[in-house]
Amino acid sequence: MNEAYVTKNEREVILNVGPQHPATHGVLRYVVKLDGERIVSSDPQVGFLHRGIEKLAEYMTYHQFNPYTDRLDYLASMNNNLAYVMAVEKLLGISDKIPPRAQYIRVIMAELGRIASHLVWLATHALDIGAMTVFLYCFREREYIIDMFEMACGNRLTYNYIRIGGVARDLPDGFLDRLKEFTNLFYGKVKEYHQLLSKNRIWLKRTKDVGYISKEDAVNYGIAGPCTRGSGVDWDLRRDMPYLVYPELNFEIPVYDEGDVYARYLVRMEEMVQSNRILEQCVEKIPDGEVMVDEPQYVWEPKERIMTHNYALMKHFVKVVKGFKAPPGEVYFGAENPKGELGFYIYSTGEGKPYRLKIRAPSFINISAMPKMVEGGLIADIISVIGSLDFVFGECDR
Amino acid sequence: MTNEELYEKIKSRFGDYIVEHSEFRGELSVTVKKEKLVELMNFLKNDPELLFDYLVLVTAVDFPDRDERFDIVYELRSLPHKMIMRVKTRTKDGEPVDSVSSIWHSANWDEREVFDMFGVKFNNHPDLRRILMPEDWEGHPLRKEYPLKGKPEDDVWLDKHLPEGQLKKPRHTRMP
Repeated sequence: MNEAYVTKNEREVILNVGPQHPATHGVLRYVVKLDGERIVSSDPQVGFLHRGIEKLAEYMTYHQFNPYTDRLDYLASMNNNLAYVMAVEKLLGISDKIPPRAQYIRVIMAELGRIASHLVWLATHALDIGAMTVFLYCFREREYIIDMFEMACGNRLTYNYIRIGGVARDLPDGFLDRLKEFTNLFYGKVKEYHQLLSKNRIWLKRTKDVGYISKEDAVNYGIAGPCTRGSGVDWDLRRDMPYLVYPELNFEIPVYDEGDVYARYLVRMEEMVQSNRILEQCVEKIPDGEVMVDEPQYVWEPKERIMTHNYALMKHFVKVVKGFKAPPGEVYFGAENPKGELGFYIYSTGEGKPYRLKIRAPSFINISAMPKMVEGGLIADIISVIGSLDFVFGECDR
Repeated sequence: MTNEELYEKIKSRFGDYIVEHSEFRGELSVTVKKEKLVELMNFLKNDPELLFDYLVLVTAVDFPDRDERFDIVYELRSLPHKMIMRVKTRTKDGEPVDSVSSIWHSANWDEREVFDMFGVKFNNHPDLRRILMPEDWEGHPLRKEYPLKGKPEDDVWLDKHLPEGQLKKPRHTRMP
């Protein structure tokens, strides 16, 4: 064929990956410009799951919005509850009045949620690359955690357990025993996953030197959580801007400098071990006491009291219908979620409803860095990069 | 560095352009005129005592009754110094704001979202398109006058894009 005929542009093909692609973990449309198998440029398109949660929040009382946060990152609902509730508590100025037992329960739930979320990540990441077995192993342990959540709050996916002022109810009898059983068991399980993957030649070929992003770019692109720690950014909100009882607990932040998919894999594997360490310490340290703060103008009163006292019922009615009046002002609170930093920016004008509520979704920011990661790589790398970024579209599209 | 020192430092350099500042729950927020926004952001990012190298979020707040209708909010964080602060600027409806996406790349998608949801345009933005809503959508949903359940005109969009036989008019009641 004529040399001039095959120009550079004619070699380029535009390919749509998604929106209904099994490896995109939701509805991501990924438009890639290819030269052979090499990616020239790419453009992720999101928004297929947009439900207008931020708009809904402006029409809801602070208590009413709590269940909606479950529907953001539905693999780590407890952590979403936590971030939202902490933001509202910061607005109300009751952050330091939360009873210690409630704080410990929150930490237990957040860390269990982190492990459960990372297990789903590992399962689907491995499944996408072609390792089917890991999926079954991970869901076995996740089931154990979900059973524990069910014990505590009755739900298996959307919990709405962490409430403004504390937690919905105290831990049931036998919960801590099961938790202890789980923490003893889990170290061995992580070893099993390592045996299956970490030295697996196919796994190494698919993940090493793939999806590279440098430390400077990781910060500049704003990606958060395990993804930045895989690029050598030593930053974790639990340690660096501490909240709850994290300063009292002993844990390490895993950091790897390679910046590729394999480094992010190792970070999350190590994070599961560290979360397990936190859980072990929580079982030992958890004190007795109340699980709800004593601020009757902001929190629900106990059900028994509402059902027996006339005045308590009236106050409850007003709280449900109109909501409590939050002080005017604006706050931002970010919590370290399994996916990265989930933050809530609340602008209050002193009404019962937030004037503006912005959700800083880690998945949204992480996807925006994808074109940088896959540029120049092979088309098959997209799948392993998607797996390593671990995004959930409920949160990305809001 | 405490919030007072931080504010004094900003004030000494941009004193004439600061509209207002406040501190609430330990968070400093400074409202600056939009002409000086990019210069201030460059200063905040590169000054060795501040190094606000991480842009947490960009968003907007809509005040329909005000002349300068939109507050654009930038939440900044300094990873080396473990500080946070908030920079705000104000703009009228239809007047663009300078983009900060050349300073922090994460502003790229955030500003697209602000454009999508509020209709605020950004100068020098590399790729200002809608991001969450469909590309041919009309209106900006997070503006205060936009009704929660959508407008009756939105049905035209649905008729155009939904397959035949699916969800024909009249649909659910659209209350204003």
